[in-house]
Amino acid sequence: MSDITASRFKSRMNIGDPLFKGLTFFFATLVLAVLAAIVSVLVMDSLPALQKFGPAFVWSQHWNPVKDNYGALVPLVGTIVTALIALIIGVPFSFGMAFFLTELCPHWARQPIAIAIELLAAVPSIIYGIWGLFVLVPIFQHYIEPALIATIGQIPIIGLLFQGPAIGMGVLLAGFILALMILPFVTSVMREVFSAVPAVLRESAYGLGATRWEVVWRVVLPYSRVGVVGAIMLGLGRALGETMAVTFVIGNAHRLSLSLMAPGTTISSTLANEFTEADGAIYTSSLIALGLVLFVLTFTVLAIGKKLLLRNVGKGGTA
Amino acid sequence: MNHTPDARTVTRRALIKRRHRFNTAMTILSLLMTAVVLLTLGTILLTLLYNGLQAIRPSLFLESTPPPGSAGGLANAIYGSLVMTGIAVAIAAPVGIMAGTFLAEYARNSRLAEFVRFINDVLLSAPSIIIGLFVYGVVVVSMGHFSAWAGIIALAIIATPIIVRTTEDMLSLVPDNLREAGAALGTPRWKVITSISYRAAFQGILTGVLLAIARVSGETAPLLFTALSNQFWSTDLNAPMANLPVVIFQFAMSPYEDWRNLAWGGALLITTAVLALNIVARLSAKGRKS
Repeated sequence: MSDITASRFKSRMNIGDPLFKGLTFFFATLVLAVLAAIVSVLVMDSLPALQKFGPAFVWSQHWNPVKDNYGALVPLVGTIVTALIALIIGVPFSFGMAFFLTELCPHWARQPIAIAIELLAAVPSIIYGIWGLFVLVPIFQHYIEPALIATIGQIPIIGLLFQGPAIGMGVLLAGFILALMILPFVTSVMREVFSAVPAVLRESAYGLGATRWEVVWRVVLPYSRVGVVGAIMLGLGRALGETMAVTFVIGNAHRLSLSLMAPGTTISSTLANEFTEADGAIYTSSLIALGLVLFVLTFTVLAIGKKLLLRNVGKGGTA
Repeated sequence: MNHTPDARTVTRRALIKRRHRFNTAMTILSLLMTAVVLLTLGTILLTLLYNGLQAIRPSLFLESTPPPGSAGGLANAIYGSLVMTGIAVAIAAPVGIMAGTFLAEYARNSRLAEFVRFINDVLLSAPSIIIGLFVYGVVVVSMGHFSAWAGIIALAIIATPIIVRTTEDMLSLVPDNLREAGAALGTPRWKVITSISYRAAFQGILTGVLLAIARVSGETAPLLFTALSNQFWSTDLNAPMANLPVVIFQFAMSPYEDWRNLAWGGALLITTAVLALNIVARLSAKGRKS
């Protein structure tokens, strides 16, 4: 009798375990299912366009809703160029700030500044966009772009990138806003990577009489190289996929131009501007195909970045 | 021959001088860079405060979005944002916490966990506009119209990976001694997790949920093709619903002064909410550590 109650008691206890485990397992696989669904929906919905235009879709520069002829080249180039501008401006600044925060900053100020930077990474992109539109566009139009045209614009070859009327809106400003947006993020990852460098290395370099800059440039940076590249890749991934801030300031013109001051477009801003207004199956499908291109691009960049950061951790860091 | 050591010391001294000068230059440069960036970012917040405060009046919270050229408020957009963010996180929180529990408590170092973790990271950093495209393809097309539900689903997909990640991180901080102590008393595994692990990691998990709310409440891109927007007060989740981010986008890009003012007001509201949530989340995470 007591045997039966014991086993009944036990079985009642045991039912909770598989149930709970099954439930958590279900939701974990749901995460996988969502990504699988995203990929398959993107592929399926972009098939009509991809079948019609073939692989040439990626490098064709047509974008003509009237003739129903589309290609990804212009927005793709815009996406890559704006992201590269963001890196060119943003990475030196991130490095400078990470250098300041890990080596120079007095201890009491480190935490507050680091937190302030992280909070700024949380500000929604639409805020950067509205600020760029109302504050930066006039500044670029009246001061920065005329100055650039008058100076760098006069140099042969490089000058071709800085030509044309200064209208404020354009690829250059979009890249600048993106640089501001990825700065807090790249800086905090870099700072973590730098502080993961063993103190012994740093101390021995100082012991040999190295200056502060030499310690960072010749010891800290080489040691954490992989992690730094990872941080930059994660920043690049963000810049590539950023939508709202860019849509506000890039000018949204489907045109390839050599000058960085000309208005342009990126994949995400094309989607934001045209998707709800697209009529016709091929138009919509082409836009979704653009989204697929963006997804593949950011996925590759982010996966590489993650791999590199993980390798950095494997080396003994804690980042 | 005699003067070579002298020359050497001289060049060495010059070298040391040069190195130190370079060091000073780079130090000052990094100081300037930090100052410039912090000032620029500070300017963003000040401009926002300056322009936003002018738009904050009672009507902002009481009236719905106006047609161009007349006064109004953002009441419908504020309501829409609250409702959509609320429901989205209410869906995402249990899903994310459960999935995070699986990773931290059951799977730990298994292949499957590694894979789920990787996919979760991909979702976490996928461009949010792609999520919008996906939900459009699945929900909007099959329903035949834009709706608040579509927006909610898109936001929930964005919130989930954040909660998965923080839940897993926080649960793995719970010392195994606690779990073992529970198990030694004959407590079943699920009971150990719900009454010991969850309780120990409660504040951390809460932080994750707060961060997810903060992230989702500023998202614009995924709502453009899903919830769209609505000029009027609407509580119907099956119809397009106004929301702050999309209204800010539309109003800021418009040529009308009234609309632009409202956009600044809305921007200030969102930023205040997002920053406040982040600070609260940080404080709650800090309280845990001490």
